[in-house]
Amino acid sequence: MQTQTDTDAGFFGAFGGRYVPETLVPALDQLEQSYRRIVPEPAFQQELADLLRDFVGRSTPLFFARRLSEQLGGARIYLKREDLAHTGAHKINNAVGQALLAERMGKRRIIAETGAGQHGVATAAACALRGLECHVYMGAEDIRRQRANALRMRLLGAELISVDSGTRTLKDAINEAIRDWVTNVETTHYVIGSVVGPAPYPEMVRDFQAVIGREAREQIRAATGRLPDEVHACVGGGSNAIGIFHAFVPDSGVRLVGIEGGGYGPDSRRHAATLSAGSIGVLHGARSYLLQDKDGQVSGTHSVSAGLDYPGVGPEHAYLRDSGRVEYSWAGDEQALEALKLLSRTEGILPALETAHALAYSIERARELPSDQTILVSLSGRGDKDLEIVEGLV
Amino acid sequence: MSLADVFAGTRAAGELAFVPYQTAGFPTLRQSLANVHALTRLGADLVEIGLPFSDPIADGPTIQHASNVALENGITPQAALDALVARPPEVPGVVMSYLNPLLAMPRDRMFGQLRDANVRGLIVPDLPPELGEEWERAGERCGVDLVYLLAPNSSPERVRLVAARSRGFIYAVAVVGTTGARAELYEGLPPLLEQIRGVTDVPVVVGFGISHPDHVRALHGLADGVVVASRLIEAMRRGEDWQQLARDLKAATRRERCS
Repeated sequence: MQTQTDTDAGFFGAFGGRYVPETLVPALDQLEQSYRRIVPEPAFQQELADLLRDFVGRSTPLFFARRLSEQLGGARIYLKREDLAHTGAHKINNAVGQALLAERMGKRRIIAETGAGQHGVATAAACALRGLECHVYMGAEDIRRQRANALRMRLLGAELISVDSGTRTLKDAINEAIRDWVTNVETTHYVIGSVVGPAPYPEMVRDFQAVIGREAREQIRAATGRLPDEVHACVGGGSNAIGIFHAFVPDSGVRLVGIEGGGYGPDSRRHAATLSAGSIGVLHGARSYLLQDKDGQVSGTHSVSAGLDYPGVGPEHAYLRDSGRVEYSWAGDEQALEALKLLSRTEGILPALETAHALAYSIERARELPSDQTILVSLSGRGDKDLEIVEGLV
Repeated sequence: MSLADVFAGTRAAGELAFVPYQTAGFPTLRQSLANVHALTRLGADLVEIGLPFSDPIADGPTIQHASNVALENGITPQAALDALVARPPEVPGVVMSYLNPLLAMPRDRMFGQLRDANVRGLIVPDLPPELGEEWERAGERCGVDLVYLLAPNSSPERVRLVAARSRGFIYAVAVVGTTGARAELYEGLPPLLEQIRGVTDVPVVVGFGISHPDHVRALHGLADGVVVASRLIEAMRRGEDWQQLARDLKAATRRERCS
């Protein structure tokens, strides 16, 4: 699974690496060796493929958004329906893969962090499926705004740990999960939910999510006879985006765009547009772009979407941005809410608030492009979890 | 005085180096500097000074709290460093921070300021030796040693790597876990110390969880020094007699002899 962006030191160009306390080095060594040895084995691949089909419900469909496209009067929009994957988002692809790997590594205690709760729910489901012990760290603020997911995790047998430190959102949930791992490293596997963290996580999570783009690339060729002109995906840490982009990176004619949470706009200081407005630093074990002040303190962020409300971004995105292969833009809270409403009414699909940021960009872009052009959008998750947040807006 | 001089002195006296810790800016910048000087009077051989960071992943609740208080007080790492340069500790200092706030300061200027503040070592828990070479070289030009950490679960290869790359001292993490006061000394610690001693003569300082004079006494013959951090900060925060605690810890660094 090597690509042009991998190096043996866990870097993507100048980004990534393993900036971690010494206690975690043996665990990351073990994880890296197990990942390289076990994941390629035919028995592992077969079991993963069976679970992705029978438990996750893959392949997920590609859907032509006919009424939306007609209403916009421009490019044809195709949706890769990760919202139809089990537990309602792409997160389950990675959670199942890492749970299988943890089992084979002999680690039966699983920890995870979660922002919007989708990764926590996916990990709790994968652990229930495999009989693993599951502890999920979630910011107190995120528990408040994603109550349904908090309840789902508990029903799935996970212990939910509320994080009250720092920003009480995803950043501090990751800090607490890392501290748990530092303490229980010998018995515990940490299922990171995005393409962030120290090597080998960004590469491993990407490889478990790359199924999105592999399927979508075949599906859109079957549907339209050619590759799409553009691929759009939302970016918090960036796992659904890397997942759908990865298969298209060698296709230089396909424009790839990641859309971050713009909150009240990058000039407002209340946003999560790391690649649009951030600078290079080291957070959560990797060198990448961050939102930080001039003294290197990591900034609080804001996005209406808990899943995008993170001051860092996966190191491979930093590399893809600086190399020019992928462009990054942002959509604000308001635009995302408008996009959520428009897709719901034109296609009968209620997207997650995270996903709605990608759609906001796609809607604008489709209007600019002629009708013989196609846009593929990663519909990364369903919006049921966000009902309380959008309640006052309809 | 270099770190090597400090440990030559304590080794010759048959003592453990006493290395108390203070977060710069906790509870205020002025008070934290006063504490550093008080700790020196109470017998510190080296003093460890923490520069605050928003996301201290190697730290438990006590030092997280101190770090947050410092940041809420508006104390940046640069402001703390400037204050240390203005009033350096009388014994050599060792600064502990995380990579990101250190990256925000121009590196050569920062090492120059460390030297001017009588700081002789820099501990960066999220900077492993594989990625630390440039920092070692920049520090060396200013007489500041980069201090690497080893943990009870470190492999023999890691022990050899860190031993080969360390100058001033090696920081032996006493627990598998984050910083924080603990009741007992971890059983996996002595094997780590013996392993390090087997491959190098570089001084070894033990930290994380050292909370009681008994912990200190148990390390005679196994290590060259002890860091006491969370327990002291906790005592300061609770209004306990932390100066007496420091005196008791210092006394435990000296072997009891027949008089």
